[in-house]
Amino acid sequence: MKPLESVNEFVVRFANVNGTGSASANLLFAKSVFRMGIPICAKNIFPSNIQGLPTWYEVRVSEKGYIGARGDGVDLMVSVNAQSLAEDVACVVPGGYFVYDDIKPLPAELARDDITVLGLPLTEICNREYKEPRLRQLFKNVIYVGALAALVDIDFEVLKKLVADQFEEKKKLIAPNVHALELGYNYARKHFPCPLGLRLKACDKTGDSILLDGNTALGLGAVYGGATVVGWYPITPSTSVIDTFRNYAAATRQDPETGKNNFAVVQAEDELAAIGIVIGAAWNGARSFTATSGPGVSLMSEFLGLAYFAEIPAVLYNVQRCGPSTGMPTRTQQGDVLLCAYASHGDTKHVLLFPSTPKEAFDFAADAFDLADRLQTPVMVLSDLDLGMNDNMSPPLVWNDNRKYDRGKVLTAEDLENMKEKFGRYLDVDGDGIGWRTYPGTHPTKGAYFTRGTSHDAYAAYTENSDIYLESMRRLEKKWQTARTLVPAPETERKGKGRKRGALYYGTTMHAAREALDRLAEEGTELDAMRIRAFPFSKEVEDFIAAHDEIFVIEQNRDAQMRSLLINEFDVNPDRLVRILYYGGKPITAHDIHEKIVRHLKDGARSQNVA
Amino acid sequence: MSYIIPRFRHPCTAPNGIGYTRKDYEGALSTLCAGCGHDSISAAIVQACYEMSVEPHLVAKLSGIGCSSKTPAYFLRQSHGFNSVHGRMPSVATGANLANRDLIYLGVSGDGDTASIGLGQFAHVMRRNLNMLYIIENNGCYGLTKGQDSATADVGSKTKSGQANMFSPVDPAGLALNIGATFVARSFSGDKAQLVPLIKAGLHHPGFALIDVISPCVTFNNIPASTKSYAYTREHMSAADVVDFVPAAAKYGADGAIDVKMPDGATVKLRRLPDHHDPRDRAAAADAVMTTRERGEVLTGLIYIDTDHPSLHEMLDTTETPLRALGEKELCPGAKALEAINRNAR
Repeated sequence: MKPLESVNEFVVRFANVNGTGSASANLLFAKSVFRMGIPICAKNIFPSNIQGLPTWYEVRVSEKGYIGARGDGVDLMVSVNAQSLAEDVACVVPGGYFVYDDIKPLPAELARDDITVLGLPLTEICNREYKEPRLRQLFKNVIYVGALAALVDIDFEVLKKLVADQFEEKKKLIAPNVHALELGYNYARKHFPCPLGLRLKACDKTGDSILLDGNTALGLGAVYGGATVVGWYPITPSTSVIDTFRNYAAATRQDPETGKNNFAVVQAEDELAAIGIVIGAAWNGARSFTATSGPGVSLMSEFLGLAYFAEIPAVLYNVQRCGPSTGMPTRTQQGDVLLCAYASHGDTKHVLLFPSTPKEAFDFAADAFDLADRLQTPVMVLSDLDLGMNDNMSPPLVWNDNRKYDRGKVLTAEDLENMKEKFGRYLDVDGDGIGWRTYPGTHPTKGAYFTRGTSHDAYAAYTENSDIYLESMRRLEKKWQTARTLVPAPETERKGKGRKRGALYYGTTMHAAREALDRLAEEGTELDAMRIRAFPFSKEVEDFIAAHDEIFVIEQNRDAQMRSLLINEFDVNPDRLVRILYYGGKPITAHDIHEKIVRHLKDGARSQNVA
Repeated sequence: MSYIIPRFRHPCTAPNGIGYTRKDYEGALSTLCAGCGHDSISAAIVQACYEMSVEPHLVAKLSGIGCSSKTPAYFLRQSHGFNSVHGRMPSVATGANLANRDLIYLGVSGDGDTASIGLGQFAHVMRRNLNMLYIIENNGCYGLTKGQDSATADVGSKTKSGQANMFSPVDPAGLALNIGATFVARSFSGDKAQLVPLIKAGLHHPGFALIDVISPCVTFNNIPASTKSYAYTREHMSAADVVDFVPAAAKYGADGAIDVKMPDGATVKLRRLPDHHDPRDRAAAADAVMTTRERGEVLTGLIYIDTDHPSLHEMLDTTETPLRALGEKELCPGAKALEAINRNAR
């Protein structure tokens, strides 16, 4: 078997033991490729565990800009975990490379003659160089990055600069880290034919892009969007959203005179209290949010129904993980679409936003506050673990300093004073289904009302009158139609003349779907494509469905939840919406999407409707 | 219940210090059963706020679900009210208070709302020492669903259904002492003379103030075999002290009472009754609650007070300006700061 040859198009996977400090070394590798101007996609596949279990880090290098997971195997495996040796050898593609810590020779039963095996005496080098066990473990990671630099031709100066940046505050750590890199680098140069067939070549395909995880983007978006009150409860994989908010707010939000905090973060006793805090604060006029994951949303559902019916803005970031129930907490899925769309009993529906990139996560995190205030209803941003906890390549974050927060329809004391008619909290005076609200304490004698989850009339008074109840439910439906015009419109991703087939996708499915559709196009199958960015669906989504005979709905859950939502909202003939699904907990891959669409095109009928 | 608000008012109802009459503190007509203890508590809240010259619109009244939680509609018409979900008022009050520290937060809850479905939130709002007055209208039963036992029902106590409660009761005051509440009182809806000054003191308390008010359910739990009936409570009440509330401006002479100074200058005057504990001593207060309960008595009055403990805002070191009043200028770091973030992410 001829060893693989490729410049700037390959997949490297690291197999490590979690809790050994490998993450920062692996990031060093990913970032150095990125700094060479080559687009990357880095995915962390980690266990729900603190220390000792297998963890993988996969870096896809793609000058073509394919930054979704590729699928179909690994080109270069760096194995630093004996526990997962067998599966790590098995996933290397024919012609690929397997680099491992050769403290023991590779067991005979794992030997493959179709791959190149390179034994790196990592443990031996570490034992020789370092006395302390902790240092041996830490530097082992840095040494293999150094060796890799030689093997795939990373610009060593780029690596050194990265180390210098990383330890800007602890300068004395720079030299030992560079030394460790050199140990690996020099060993590889001396003992292996460097570089391998897989190699890097600096290019200029990253432009002004950044590498950022979606949770950081959400936390920053909340700071920029003006959130002041946070109620939350720790849950994987959302916790770092709050960490980001708290740290960044602490750095930028202190009163210049008193040093006091212009924000408040409360770790609640559970998710019920977390969303209760959000709703209480929003009712009282502060911008407020929580971050959680599926199990948290299940608990918050009752309160979300209250906020829907009593019309209170609330912002919730859901970093979705793999369900049902506790599921796989450190794996990804787009499994909460229906849960969030219809959270709570009775006729309830909620505004959802689906970011695909860290930039969009940042934008939507901030936009959610404007939408929630304008629409006086909960707004949920549906990220997922793949976007949230991986360093995703993204356009840079931008903010317009002229932007004003849209606080929606809020009456001031002066407005109340000048009002001729009687104030009615739920009166639809503008015909958009949205009433005017007042914050508590606004005016001594005008504007007070009673907020309740029980049925109420336009003046917020309790009622069991069917006609009045129907009127208020219809007004909420009218408000929903208003929401359709305010939420982020979908993106038309591919459009050709008279094509009868299309694809719909959303969130983190985007990158892999784009690549799969490119491959199909190269093979002669051209599809139109649209990326959904919000629920309720804008008219463009309706038009897109109407314009195509067959639409592939690509998503990461078993039950084709977005497809269900589309069928439910638009009365579409279900036969026209073809399920393209992956829900195994790892990020969806281009390979998988491509294969499933091809199979459907070949076999037709409903073959693909089983994922 | 009545269905018309009487227009008649006592002729000597005079305006208070800020020109409001008692009527300005009233609310909609109560829809509770005639004779319900909860209505007396609403009346005590009206009286306390009127006498204290509270500006009604600067009060936010919050509740959960149940008979008790309906009552915020029946007082302080000019206050914003929030009837939230069952057992979750404390979290809503927490968020509301964080948004605007300048308002007075008055929560009304029941024994089901507080001691069953909302026990978790009740416990944690006390741990946070949220600046609010939390009144439990405690009748030992579920009224709106027709008289089931609640978690505060005493062992052996019977409701109208005739079944004796078998399960150990939750004592909200005892729990509050244990978990760190900084103002713990108990009273009786039939004793306005005691309840009104307690409400005043609770409204002034610079942290979490609990008043557990025994408030008999006339429809389902006012029979002789109930320990939450009017008759039983009257017979078994043991007052720890006589409480008087003195606003900041008022003058009073030394009379041997314990004076507890509030940060706003007001004073809670406590005349300890013979054989009773010092309400500034938590351990003694907890002991008093337990020993009176074992004697089959209901300890009332101001059981414990600590005005020095920092409130949630102080612990979080939030700015003096209500958070909700901050705008882009204070909150948004701006485009330039993002450049640094982008730079670090390359």
